[in-house]
Amino acid sequence: MSAKTWIPTPARPAPANTVGFVGWARENLFATKLDSALTLVCAALIIYLLDVVFGWAIVDASFSGEDRNACLKQVQGACWPFIDAKLGQFIYGRYPEMERWRVDWVFALGLIGLVPLLMPKVGFKRANVIFMLGFYPLFAFFMLTGGRFGLAPVDTSDWGGLLVTLVVAVTGIVGSLPLGILLALGRRSELPIVRALCVGFIEIFRGVPLITVLFMASVMLPLFLPDGVNFDKLMRCLIGVALFASAYMAEVVRGGLQAIPKGQYEAAAALGLGYWKTTRLIILPQALKLVIPGIVNTFIGLFKDTTLVLIVGLFDLLGIVQLHFTDSTWATPETHITGYAFAAFVFWVFCFAMSRYSIFMEKHLSTDPNQ
Amino acid sequence: MQVLVLAAVLGAMVWLVGNVQSNLERQNINSGFGFLSERAGFGINQTLIAYTEDDSFGRVVVVGLLNTLLVSGLGIFFATLLGFSLGVARLSRNWLISKIAMVYIEIFRNVPLLLQIMFWYFGVLRNLPSPRQALSVGDAMFMSNRGIVLPWLEAGAGAMWYGVALLGLAAGFFWLRRRTLKAKLTTGHSTRFWRPLLVLALALFGAAALMAGVPFALDVPQLKGFNFRGGLTVIPEFVALLLALSLYTAAFIAEIVRAGINSVNKGQREAAAALGLPERVALRLVVLPQALRVIIPPLTSQYLNLTKNSSLAVAIAYPDIVSVLAGTTLSQVGQALEIIFVTMMIYLSLSLLTSWAMNRYNQRMAFVGNNT
Repeated sequence: MSAKTWIPTPARPAPANTVGFVGWARENLFATKLDSALTLVCAALIIYLLDVVFGWAIVDASFSGEDRNACLKQVQGACWPFIDAKLGQFIYGRYPEMERWRVDWVFALGLIGLVPLLMPKVGFKRANVIFMLGFYPLFAFFMLTGGRFGLAPVDTSDWGGLLVTLVVAVTGIVGSLPLGILLALGRRSELPIVRALCVGFIEIFRGVPLITVLFMASVMLPLFLPDGVNFDKLMRCLIGVALFASAYMAEVVRGGLQAIPKGQYEAAAALGLGYWKTTRLIILPQALKLVIPGIVNTFIGLFKDTTLVLIVGLFDLLGIVQLHFTDSTWATPETHITGYAFAAFVFWVFCFAMSRYSIFMEKHLSTDPNQ
Repeated sequence: MQVLVLAAVLGAMVWLVGNVQSNLERQNINSGFGFLSERAGFGINQTLIAYTEDDSFGRVVVVGLLNTLLVSGLGIFFATLLGFSLGVARLSRNWLISKIAMVYIEIFRNVPLLLQIMFWYFGVLRNLPSPRQALSVGDAMFMSNRGIVLPWLEAGAGAMWYGVALLGLAAGFFWLRRRTLKAKLTTGHSTRFWRPLLVLALALFGAAALMAGVPFALDVPQLKGFNFRGGLTVIPEFVALLLALSLYTAAFIAEIVRAGINSVNKGQREAAAALGLPERVALRLVVLPQALRVIIPPLTSQYLNLTKNSSLAVAIAYPDIVSVLAGTTLSQVGQALEIIFVTMMIYLSLSLLTSWAMNRYNQRMAFVGNNT
């Protein structure tokens, strides 16, 4: 009698309607009668919207032409030649065309410094931070304003478009970081007067809209300064934006400070470190790392808020798009929508990318083993 | 250390005040709040209270504040409605609905609000046809580049009685609700709620009708010459601002609602299902009340953001507080210091008031008798 091996019959395949696309659709789209009805309504809605958007942006749109005559068809969609003709203005504003390479250099160097800084795996973080916070701002300042090193001076009133948007947003966030850290430390300080001043500053700036702060910076700041001292309009806006952002930054940093366990303070005290050494060497490095997603989110908000500078007379990306609607060579019924669609797309790409980065960092920094 | 900081701050203040004084003197700018009682001399295209050009700047402040409150209040209402729907839709088992909600959220919250306001105003509403070719809905509601005109109930003499009836009904509602809650807590039985309320409503409005008859007339707009007469005209600035504020804030509220619902322990849902509660009932009675505790604090700050964002009205000249005060009044009076101060104080008090009210609500919603 030979040994018999028991060979199990292979498992039958799962029913056809529970696997693959059909199964997925049954589960996720047509689970109940109500679900099926909703799915069909939504699908119809999506098809309709896609048809409208696609028809406007591509089928009925104009793609080439020199002036408004290209965009006056019977059924007219987007007027893309308008964007094409004005692209230089939208990026640089009235920055002299001969000097635009300087802006390009600033953009390029910023990108080169920023990308490795944002990737957690790339090293040289310390050197990079010193480069970006020490050398780069000086480089950008001299390159953009000129007047030194043989560069022709360019008045800030000639700046515009994406350049102003980025300058306001980046300066706002970089300027607000140190101020925000100080305010956050002050708010958690044990000295009552310092704490009261910081709380007052933070709550006042968080309680009023940015537009009133910008009005304050543009009409009140000149009153506060002694006779003869004056900043140009861009500088005043930058100060307003930085003060406003620092109040929000302070709250973000405070969140990080509160997340540091008490044991860290006690361990630092046991090592004999004083307040400033504890803060600088033990607390801040941990707290700031924790709040990177929060800082990025504040930056997204600030980036969108830079559009407000158009109300006090600067021409950021939205402002310059708005300005060029008045150009009679391009006056068509579709110019407005096309311009807004372009500006919205640019802002959206920036903000969406940053929000994805913030989510990525949140996951990367998370120490929760369940995620 | 503290003394040093205080001295530095005080010193800076004295320096600033000195600068301000010498600057004001040099530029011959008046100071003080006397201008508030002077004649304003400009018109406002949306006023909730009676206002003419001969009224004072003080009244301009009130008109602007009411306009801000109107657009913020309605904006909060619509944003909450849409935001909660989107937040629940985002978590729907239906893949398509969840993705639609996601696309909406990602588009609307990543485009600057000012751009959205301008899009609706300059791109859409001002591009509507003139009143003569206005789009109409059943010849009663018209949409043109001058705004939206709706039919409206014109209240005559005696409409006050209806107001009294409405107040009585509200009082009855609260009294009945207290009674039912009390009965439920002491005896465990539900008592009738809706039927007595209906009887009360019929009685009150019947009494009002006996006292005053029907003092209402339907006012339907009609095209006369180049514009509409009669009805209620909603200016396009208001529509654009309200639309943009609600759509933008709804995207943020949806994310808050989603996070709140996700924060409720999965066991709670399973327990509700084990008790035989249908999914809908479980959401309403088990999940949402617990989620609300997580939702309310960030929701408050969204409401505050919406109120502050309504100041962007100045870009499309909707007559809100910033627009009439820091815009028109400032250019007429020139007293930047006082005017910006008043504007900021108004927003600060609005912020503090809202956060106080929401904190009260939050305390009531928080765990009662939490032993853990």
